[in-house]
Amino acid sequence: MWSFSNIADTLHTWLHNTFNATLAKFVEMVLVGVCVISLFAVLGLVLVMMERKVSAWMQIRLGPNRVGPKGMMQSMADTLKLLVKESMTPDGADKFLFNLAPYIAMMVAMLLMAPIAFARNFMMWNLNIGVLYVSAISSVSVISILMAGWASNNKYSLLGAMRSGAQIVSYELSAGLAILSIVVLTGTLNMNEIVLSQADGWWIFKGHIPVIISFIIFIIAVTAETNRAPFDLAEAESELTAGFHTEYSGMKFALFFLAEYVNVFIVCAIGATLFLGGWMPFHIGHWDGFNRIMDLIPSSLWFFGKTFFLIFLIMWFRWTFPRLRIDQLLNLEWKYLLPIGMFNLLLVTAMAILGWYF
Amino acid sequence: MFIVNYIKDVFTALKSLAIGLRRTLFYFTHHNEIITEQYPDNRATLRLADRFKGEVVMPHDANNEHRCTGCTACELACPNGTIKVVTKFDITPEGKKKKAIDKLVYHLELCTMCNLCITACPSDAIKMAQTFEHSVYDRSQFTKVLNNEGSKIMEGVE
Amino acid sequence: MVEELGSNTEGDLIINVGPQHPATHGVLHLVITLNGETIKKVEPHLGYIHRSIEKMCESLTYRQFIYVTSRMDYLSSHINNHACALIVEKGMQIEVPPRAQVIRVLMDELTRIASHELWWGAMAMDLGAFTPFFHAFREREAINEIMEETCGARLTMNYMVPGGVLEDLHPDFQRKVKEFITLYKRKIAEYDDMVTGNIIFQNRMKGVGVISAADAISYGCSGPTLRGCGVSCDIRKIYPYELYDKIEFDEVLETAGDSFARYMVRIREMNQSIRIIEQLIDNIPEGDVQAKTKAVLKLPKGEFYQRVETARGEFGIFIVSEGGTNPYRIKFRSPGFSNLSALDHMARGSKIGDLVAMMGTLDLVIPDIDR
Repeated sequence: MWSFSNIADTLHTWLHNTFNATLAKFVEMVLVGVCVISLFAVLGLVLVMMERKVSAWMQIRLGPNRVGPKGMMQSMADTLKLLVKESMTPDGADKFLFNLAPYIAMMVAMLLMAPIAFARNFMMWNLNIGVLYVSAISSVSVISILMAGWASNNKYSLLGAMRSGAQIVSYELSAGLAILSIVVLTGTLNMNEIVLSQADGWWIFKGHIPVIISFIIFIIAVTAETNRAPFDLAEAESELTAGFHTEYSGMKFALFFLAEYVNVFIVCAIGATLFLGGWMPFHIGHWDGFNRIMDLIPSSLWFFGKTFFLIFLIMWFRWTFPRLRIDQLLNLEWKYLLPIGMFNLLLVTAMAILGWYF
Repeated sequence: MFIVNYIKDVFTALKSLAIGLRRTLFYFTHHNEIITEQYPDNRATLRLADRFKGEVVMPHDANNEHRCTGCTACELACPNGTIKVVTKFDITPEGKKKKAIDKLVYHLELCTMCNLCITACPSDAIKMAQTFEHSVYDRSQFTKVLNNEGSKIMEGVE
Repeated sequence: MVEELGSNTEGDLIINVGPQHPATHGVLHLVITLNGETIKKVEPHLGYIHRSIEKMCESLTYRQFIYVTSRMDYLSSHINNHACALIVEKGMQIEVPPRAQVIRVLMDELTRIASHELWWGAMAMDLGAFTPFFHAFREREAINEIMEETCGARLTMNYMVPGGVLEDLHPDFQRKVKEFITLYKRKIAEYDDMVTGNIIFQNRMKGVGVISAADAISYGCSGPTLRGCGVSCDIRKIYPYELYDKIEFDEVLETAGDSFARYMVRIREMNQSIRIIEQLIDNIPEGDVQAKTKAVLKLPKGEFYQRVETARGEFGIFIVSEGGTNPYRIKFRSPGFSNLSALDHMARGSKIGDLVAMMGTLDLVIPDIDR
């Protein structure tokens, strides 16, 4: 049967039979790298297209419809345009940091790909502390934004970067607490095991009210963490023109842009893994017949379907809500999300100990 | 009491957000609400209002005759100096001199489509056309001569 | 708090907002002094779109100068034109036919709705919600189409002339306006769903940009900005012109004086405008649309002042006439200029995001400020 895990296994066996162990390992690493980069490119194109279509339909417009069939090649054309544009470095900027920042943003996004389970038995790195790794690495992304804002030597950029710093640091707390509630229920930090623990139902159904609360907190927190509207204070078009990337142009800007979308994909993938069962098909307890029918749908489809549903949710927020003010943003975190998250964690812990979940 | 208010706040906030989300979801799923006009493609069916003020033109009939007497009322009425009437003297068959227009120069780039020249014209010689695609490559092309080459005034228009 | 922030100290961040900035909706230049995110001072710099309209008008005749006023506050061009027509009629004692009067009021109110629609969309966009902008344009487009059919233009109509209006109404006018009213009534509930009721929006608006009635008066604010402070200042009520003393409508007043009050005044004003249109649309008298006037208009020697209520506030024209065909001196009192001057007072001590929201609720049209 054609599945991602079968292909990977076949390739692995063939490489190890053909080359010696070191070379085989090396070739595998190169292959994984190539796969990640191409996944990046595809994700960027697809998500930009999706965002433009979602926004257009909500705004009673048609959206891109000229380049290619139904305008599907529009993001390709845009990428081409960005590639041939001049990448300027302003005179007053700190040249090294200015040019380094987009690559750090990109690198963080790439590193975050590692522990995600894309399909049954198919992940780059079966890391036993996957969840911890994700929350650790994702905090690095704020450095790239601060770097970009500071190095641009532009007051708008600086303000945007400072806002972003305050925002990401605080919202990581509630995102962490929301993740923790699932970790409490499953007792593991390994992404794959978290998925496997949902074989008799996804956590959002099994864990009922407390998990739904942490799911809502998680969605709000990651929206803020990825700097998406209504929390896009770092870019805040009407206030700071373009925030931290005001001075960026061409491909350097595109890297920030791409990193934003890949980050959205990754946080949604993590959300799908934790709350909606990752690649696990829709199973209900011990209804074996029903579960077997659901298993017929490939696991990768389940994963991408759930992830894109969450991405749609985040886009939907963006095109509906006005932006918060910086003090309201921090109020929301420290006065609402964090206390509720902490209380909820307590609830989940009690629930886990008493076994009050399905 | 504080806790009750706090929870109430959270729920009213979430409810107000949900109402907004429902509205955008409605438009996301109802594509017949889309109002985009695909402009260059719908040129064939695009019809502007009859009174739309696009540019000043001078209608000519089949015999290449217009109704302009060269009275310069339009030139005087124009706030921007858009119209310049250049007159000449025709020699009528009886040997009399008669004033007529040589050229009616119209500067589209100065025109604000205020319709004052049309209302000022005593002989209805000029009117507004419903054109709107005025872009040209060179500014000099905006300066137009409204009367056709070799045209003359219609019989009976004084 | 304000005194403490008043002085310029080292380490203040001075930022130029504009002349090219997404929030200024034009070429307004604000020099803002910041302490962190907190605004210490806002200093508007004007003149980027100054076209010396007042001086231009002095060289134009009383028929010609009307078209220039469409280009000042381009969102309420009908109302500006109306003021010009009224001052000439006042000076020359021209009696406007009843049909023309009704048409003028209808056009004024349609313009007011169109202007408020655009303001609503643009203000929501300032606050970061992009979708309402497009929804607002849908309703505004319906009005623009009505205008295009009757006046022949969508923005700078030049429809009002001394003595009446330029042309009679288009035969479809009444039907189209009624269609618009049904569309509007169906869609106005959505405005509440998407913006007014939204908790984020309310938090951004309530208690922000507060100005007291006394301060607003001393800055010369007018229109929704002053009515948001609870001061009755609707020119249509206190100095009625045209038919406004015979029509039933309420002056909209809010008392809070903050951004949300100004917002609610405008939203409720749209409903009042609809009410006016509903009263008039079936009662347009037959008759001429233009009084017989002399070919050359000459205002008698003297000084004339005429005020009207535009979508943004009190718009006034002051003419000194020497008895000739051109005004000797002309001065426009534009609502935007006075409203902008209150911005510094409102903005001190608030955040940058609030500044954008305040500018949104002041509904600044930059060509109106600069002229």
